[in-house]
Amino acid sequence: MKYLYLVWSNLMRKKLRTLLTLLSILVAFLLFGYLGAIRQGFSQGIDVAGLDRLIVRHKVSIIQLLPQAYEARIEQIDGVEDAVYQTWFGGIYQKPTNFFAQMPVEPDQYLDMYPEFLLPAEQRAAWLKTRSGAIAGRSTAERFGWKIGDRIPINATVWTRKGGELTWEFDLVGIYDGAEKGTDTTQFLFRYDFFDESRQFGQGMVGWYTVRVADPDRAAEIAAAIDAEFANSPYETKAEPEGAFLQGFANQVGDIGFIMMSIIAAVFFTILLVAGNTMAYAVRERTNELAVLKAVGFTDGGVLALVLGESLVLTALGGGIGLGLAWLLVSAGDPTGGSLPVFYIPARDLAAGGVLILLMALIAGILPALQARRLRIADALRR
Amino acid sequence: MTDAAVNRNIVTVRDVDKIFKRGSEEIHVLGGLDLEIPEGEFLALMGPSGSGKSTLLNLIGGLDRPSQGVLEIGGERIDQLSDRRLAAWRARHVGLVFQFYNLMPMLSAQKNVELPLLLTHLSRAERKKRARIALDIVGLAHRMGHYPRTLSGGEQQRVGIARAIVTDPTLLLCDEPTGDLDRKSGDEILDLLQALNREQGKTVVMVTHDIHAAARASRTLYLNKGQLSTEPEE
Repeated sequence: MKYLYLVWSNLMRKKLRTLLTLLSILVAFLLFGYLGAIRQGFSQGIDVAGLDRLIVRHKVSIIQLLPQAYEARIEQIDGVEDAVYQTWFGGIYQKPTNFFAQMPVEPDQYLDMYPEFLLPAEQRAAWLKTRSGAIAGRSTAERFGWKIGDRIPINATVWTRKGGELTWEFDLVGIYDGAEKGTDTTQFLFRYDFFDESRQFGQGMVGWYTVRVADPDRAAEIAAAIDAEFANSPYETKAEPEGAFLQGFANQVGDIGFIMMSIIAAVFFTILLVAGNTMAYAVRERTNELAVLKAVGFTDGGVLALVLGESLVLTALGGGIGLGLAWLLVSAGDPTGGSLPVFYIPARDLAAGGVLILLMALIAGILPALQARRLRIADALRR
Repeated sequence: MTDAAVNRNIVTVRDVDKIFKRGSEEIHVLGGLDLEIPEGEFLALMGPSGSGKSTLLNLIGGLDRPSQGVLEIGGERIDQLSDRRLAAWRARHVGLVFQFYNLMPMLSAQKNVELPLLLTHLSRAERKKRARIALDIVGLAHRMGHYPRTLSGGEQQRVGIARAIVTDPTLLLCDEPTGDLDRKSGDEILDLLQALNREQGKTVVMVTHDIHAAARASRTLYLNKGQLSTEPEE
């Protein structure tokens, strides 16, 4: 710590240069954190996907329906513990930009399948009693200011009601929370029996199944067995682990992870050059002073550590503030106004940010530091 | 000879060569040089430019290594020390005063003086106290918070001397300490060096071009073509 003022005073030598470099690093880490949250949002909770859950959809596309009758047949397959179905409703609440997932489900079975959705017992009971009842995730409820007892009108884009009516009205009987930070709390769930009776067409058809297997190690084998069960039928299936399904779903808009990483890599490469340039200049212009430090007794390693220390303080300050600002911005909510099912900076990204700070400090500082280390006192004092 | 007690030799230079390589060319700066400096002496080294005065000073101060020969300072063979141990030796035994002061422009006078003390285990308060004492010795205690750019050349050199003596070194090596100063400021610096030599018993080796400055020393040696003599070359 006693050397910190020495490091700091050297950084303050050219305030504008240090400030500009600091801002460059800050922006890089701000982007890193913010894009990390967006990537997490697009991954839609892949990290918290159940290892013991499979998704079974139509072999051709998720938008093609499967018979509800498949439920019983899937549950009879060896190794399957339970199967529940969902259907994409795709309605509009007030305006098209108010996007969130709406799905008719069987309340009890669904909540048993997804224990990470935490719904108070009395709200669960109310949902079972109310045919037009619906529950919403906490973030969607807060986004629209809903409270229990509200009547939520949603206009259908696909599933019109009998008689051609577009508007479906649901009674909000519960608000669920997520057991984990990555749990999707944007969903709006209502009862399948109410939906099936009221829709104008498609009775007895569902979107896809979620299947829980007894032994996750047998997931691939069971997925194959499910697909084999429905092979050569009018509704062939594709069963896959939930994580892979969610990843595939996210990839429909492109490989978000790859796009983000490409942007971040380009930004970091540029910033590395900026920081490296700053450090190189910082050392070159004070060759004489470094020689004096050595002359008064600083070792070669000590001078190397001082230069690396400067690089570390610069990147840690810029990177730390950048990540901090990213965290604040992310905490303020997602840029789509709530469409991303999850929006936070994962702990692993923060840790990666810390590692990147260290790496950047090392890479930007190592050459000038080695140059300072190699400096011959007598030669440098003559310059 | 000064009033200070003159005892054993604190510096012994025996058969020292210093050869610089410039590309394929070898430049013999010092050749078979011998020198003994008794403890407490104020020695002036004179000679024309390029004669090797600063090179010899650098060798005695452990800032450079001889190509050949023995360098014994305070009974220790510094030519045999590793780089790391040589750095530690410099910190303990040598105070350096440069022609152009070589102060850190971003640090106050006090922090500049404290620099060598960073290598010790002294507390912050103790470092500050010692820096204040050193600045007091050179008559600048009242300007310890000033930055080099706000000090005159003479004051900067006095800060440089305070930095050189703050660790209480046995050897004070001065490379043209008045070379960048006007006569009055130069005289003040020489008064100070003389006082350090006489009153505190510091062994001072001063490289200078200035006969007036050399006159303050207890002995003057002349270096020419890599050899020492007591008389200047005609």
